[in-house]
Amino acid sequence: MRLKYPDTIRIIRVPCTGKVDLLHILRAFEKGADGVYVVGCMEGDCRFDNGNLRARKRVAQAQAILDKVGVGGERVKMFNLSSGEGPRFAEYAVEMTEKIEEMGPNPIKIAMQKAA
Amino acid sequence: MIVADKKPIEEIIDMVKGYQKILIAGCNECVTVCEAGGKKEVGVLASALRMYFMNEGTKMEIDEITLERQCDHEYLEEIRNSIDQYDAVVSLACGVGVQFMAEKYFGTPLYPGVNTCFMGVTEERGVWSERCQGCGQCILGRTAGICPISRCAKRLLNGPCGGSTKGKCEISKDLDCAWQLIIDRLKELDRLDEYEEIAPIKDWSTERAGGPRRVVREDVRQ
Repeated sequence: MRLKYPDTIRIIRVPCTGKVDLLHILRAFEKGADGVYVVGCMEGDCRFDNGNLRARKRVAQAQAILDKVGVGGERVKMFNLSSGEGPRFAEYAVEMTEKIEEMGPNPIKIAMQKAA
Repeated sequence: MIVADKKPIEEIIDMVKGYQKILIAGCNECVTVCEAGGKKEVGVLASALRMYFMNEGTKMEIDEITLERQCDHEYLEEIRNSIDQYDAVVSLACGVGVQFMAEKYFGTPLYPGVNTCFMGVTEERGVWSERCQGCGQCILGRTAGICPISRCAKRLLNGPCGGSTKGKCEISKDLDCAWQLIIDRLKELDRLDEYEEIAPIKDWSTERAGGPRRVVREDVRQ
């Protein structure tokens, strides 16, 4: 398809979004990531029944925590698509990148640079 | 198990601000099962606090540990050699663990990271409910295995009361009437005649009303 999407995104592959833990998301922000988004299968289509539903809950937990610590819950989001939707994958990548660019860099990253 | 609930992060931030190096201590028992104070919750809280204080520009070093239990000497001894390096400890154990650690490490400020709620069961993941109040005089043998002390709002020994409607308690339509459950189960067990027996007045001195309690077993004491 030769689709284009922003090259600022680092893809971390997991066997199922059910593998994504709340700590994985938080650690990413602790290390300075500007945003994290989780791309799972369509709801109801999980091969492991509820992996993507668990991921959705964990994303919501991360949002709540990031809001409380001043990083901003909007920096993390869950997307759902099927494996045949390449163009939509690229659309989501663009959407998330634009959102993060609008929000600016992760304040933790700025604070870390200041402290160093 | 003892069921606890997480304290809001803001409350914990408020407790530890002003310190420079803290230890977050989880417990591998009940609070792990009810997802309030196990290794994972320790990690999440530590990560959140690190981000908060980094963002505030405050120097704060946070270490993590999860002990097998915080209600036994032997496991609490594991931090004997390292505790002095911390300005304060946040314990994610139940109130029992927090207090035992405070007794053991008298000179270290200690804060609770969870609200200890009750002794209960996991109805389903994310839903826990009370089953025992530790009254010290178990009557489950007479009440078809359903405890009216912990599950009846009035702790009635001869129920139900007039507030029981269609099997629900008057304090909440989501709460089963304990005495309805008892009657239903006695019926199922074909022991409904036992329901006719009037329960004697309960000795509440073994309950919390009798003051802080203690069990001493000379047969196992060393």
